[in-house]
Amino acid sequence: MDPKRKKDCHDSGESTRVASTFPDEVLERVLALVKSHKDRSSVSLVCKDWYDAERWSRTHVFIGNCYSVSPEIVVRRFPNVRSVTLKGKPRFSDFNLVPPNWGADIRCWLVVFAAKYRCLEELRLKRMTVSDESLEFLALSFPNFKALSLHSCDGFSTDGLAAIATHCKNLTELNIQENDIYDKSGCWLSCFPENFTSLEVLNFAYLNNDVNFEALERLVSRCKSLNVLKVNKNITLEQLQRLLICAPKLTELGTGSFLPELTDRQYSELKRSFSICSNLNVLSGLSEATALYLPALYPACTNLTFLNLSDAALQSEEFAKLLVHCPRLRRLWVLDTVEDKGLEAVGSNCPLLEELRVFPSDPYEEGIVHGVTESGFIAVSYGCRRLHYVLYFCRQMTNAAVETIVQNCPDFTHFRLCIMTPCQPDYRTNEPMDKAFCAVVKTCTKLRRLAVSGLLTDMTFEYIGKYAKNLETLSVAFAGSSDWGMQCVLGGCRKLRKLEIRDCPFGNAALLSGFEKYESMRSLWMSDCKVTMNGCRFLAKEMPRLNVEVMKEDGSDDSQADKVYVYRSVAGPRRDAPPFVLTL
Amino acid sequence: MSASLEHDYIGLSEPPPSMEGSERKSGGLNLKATELRLGLPGSQSPERDNVYPPGVMKNLLGVSGAKRGFSDAIDGSSGKWVFSGSGGSEAELGKGGNLFSPRGNNGVGKGGLGSGSEGNNQNTGLGGPGLKDGNAVGPQSPKPLQEKKPQLSAPAAKAQVVGWPPIRSFRKNSMASHPPKSDDDAEGKLGSGCLYVKVSMDGAPYLRKIDLKTYGSYMELSSALEKMFSCFTIGQCGSHGVPSRDGLSESRLMDLLHGSEYVLTYEDKDGDWMLVGDVPWEMFTDSCKRMRIMKSSEAIGLAPRAMEKCKNRN
Repeated sequence: MDPKRKKDCHDSGESTRVASTFPDEVLERVLALVKSHKDRSSVSLVCKDWYDAERWSRTHVFIGNCYSVSPEIVVRRFPNVRSVTLKGKPRFSDFNLVPPNWGADIRCWLVVFAAKYRCLEELRLKRMTVSDESLEFLALSFPNFKALSLHSCDGFSTDGLAAIATHCKNLTELNIQENDIYDKSGCWLSCFPENFTSLEVLNFAYLNNDVNFEALERLVSRCKSLNVLKVNKNITLEQLQRLLICAPKLTELGTGSFLPELTDRQYSELKRSFSICSNLNVLSGLSEATALYLPALYPACTNLTFLNLSDAALQSEEFAKLLVHCPRLRRLWVLDTVEDKGLEAVGSNCPLLEELRVFPSDPYEEGIVHGVTESGFIAVSYGCRRLHYVLYFCRQMTNAAVETIVQNCPDFTHFRLCIMTPCQPDYRTNEPMDKAFCAVVKTCTKLRRLAVSGLLTDMTFEYIGKYAKNLETLSVAFAGSSDWGMQCVLGGCRKLRKLEIRDCPFGNAALLSGFEKYESMRSLWMSDCKVTMNGCRFLAKEMPRLNVEVMKEDGSDDSQADKVYVYRSVAGPRRDAPPFVLTL
Repeated sequence: MSASLEHDYIGLSEPPPSMEGSERKSGGLNLKATELRLGLPGSQSPERDNVYPPGVMKNLLGVSGAKRGFSDAIDGSSGKWVFSGSGGSEAELGKGGNLFSPRGNNGVGKGGLGSGSEGNNQNTGLGGPGLKDGNAVGPQSPKPLQEKKPQLSAPAAKAQVVGWPPIRSFRKNSMASHPPKSDDDAEGKLGSGCLYVKVSMDGAPYLRKIDLKTYGSYMELSSALEKMFSCFTIGQCGSHGVPSRDGLSESRLMDLLHGSEYVLTYEDKDGDWMLVGDVPWEMFTDSCKRMRIMKSSEAIGLAPRAMEKCKNRN
């Protein structure tokens, strides 16, 4: 359905002669196969013809910061888009560092899309504010709408979901994960019409209210293409079993709760249902799973590549027994209730493991806390040499351990270590954790994302600046000694795109050392550092194409810039900023 | 295994005998304790005779969890104190041996305890001359302290920094529903660790005692009670507690408890007997003193709902 358009005049310059003899239609066909948005950006920079061919053929647009561009600019440049991915608030909003009503409302985007992208099929939003009215507007404005994915969004209730279910006749994907949703009731699920059969992906794992189970069962039965089903905790084992019978072709399953108790007969039926699910690649849920019923899962685990146990407080024994049945595991998310012993079992049983995330079960230490230590991590590194993504929450770490780990696994691309007590040194030597992160950046040359923790001096940041040449995202908290640390990072990390800092002694000198760099980055976040309003004003004045936004906290000093968010934008300053966001 | 002790830098080589000598675990002395170290600029220099300067005492109490307060909270020495008779569980290692303020000069601290209890009066021994371990409380040590700290059986609540640790809120909620099952000895648990209540059942020869803190919801509690008391409801058991298998499935068992035969009630703080399930779970665990599984026929006057249940089922 490409609208016809006039051919642009050929540029008669030498350098473009070759390119312009290539028929546009062919070029567009070729470019249609280029999917990665980074590649497409490069294509668009080659010459004007390629820029045009690229913009006409782009069907998916990814906008990493919704305020970096306006909807009008997007639709003007890309007329044929069918799929949009938008990210809104700064990532630290996940941890309550951004006050509510900050912005990132999808509404103005939808209004423009409704006018220009009548064929919109997919919308994937992360950290955006979405109201029920917006969802209803979406459902009514795009007759071909197929896929909705909302991740860490807020502002809507289950009424909005009901509107989607009611009106989107061609829906294939409804993925509501981890949102701050006003969960009024489970009725939305019953709004799918009885003749609706196109659903392929349904994820409502983190909704709290009961849905009508019979409606769900009927929905699953009639949607023959359903391959991803993630239900919430209210679905019992018995109900789950009935669903599995309706949908044996599932590739991704999120179970409900593993309570209440089953009779022997029910248990064996459950086990049989799982054995029919031989196509499962992804398994999650399993809340309240206990040693008693986990074995029912074993037959379904043979082809598992991703096991998400972050809702299941398993102990090391039952976890180890489960892992024996998951030889093909590539991604694993667990709670630290499995402890080091559990992680040893990971090392022994999962040689193909590429990603490991260990979440804390008791982050505020309300109970008796064991969790995992450096030994568990070391054990995994010995057994899983392909590990390249780790997110590890622990309460103690040593420099030597990290050095060993990266020696075993030099291919890390994402290394996120969170030692949960801020400013904690190496517990054996009492030194700062500088050596650990030095080892990481020196050894892991492919490192793209790094999160540091523990007691750190400027030395860590010197090393990061010196060695982390592929680093794109850096998260820093309670670290560093002086401005010099941040200056090293800004000066050295050529590919840095996102820098988020909290509670560090970096001030104006640090902020301003990077002012040219910020235009090549997506964003900078600094909260509770030593930056002042004057420093921010200076930055804003020198760099008009950056938006410099400050949020002040109640009771803080007038001169302090408590929270600073700096990002490049072609859309100019925000017009929807709430009163507490000062645009300088 | 002897629990090693945490000594503040003040470095009193051994605690004065008048203090906790008898209470201290037999752990080795920290040799570092004998090191003399200088106080830091801006910090109070404590007296050597274990009398804690008033400034220190002020800091013991009421360190708020406010964001800015974090550096106050963590300045000062350890996050945890060593106490006598701390539960024999494994040492909780590396409890933030040294919490530096990230602001300004490295290691400048304010005098005082940093355990950040927000007036939390659990087993911390804070707030009083009764500091048991005899460690001098004093200004921030520039060097992190060495020893691993033994885990308190009921650790003091730390001052909570906004957004730290960086966990998404949906994870916090899901974790609240299943507290980590600890395999530790129950005896050591104090304070927030447990909440034992007696559960009696009409007709049963003996009572049971359960720890309400190990359950996160009514559903879990109900399952647990069903398991515990199943043998009594059936009447005849094959062997202790094992329900007879002829014809009596477990779902029937649950019906017995859910159904008309029995209702689950509890005595609250005011001494009133209430029907379990009406109030939010947290409120229930706060106010429940003991529980009773009573025959519905005896539940007259307790709650209209119980009566209706009887009528419907019978």
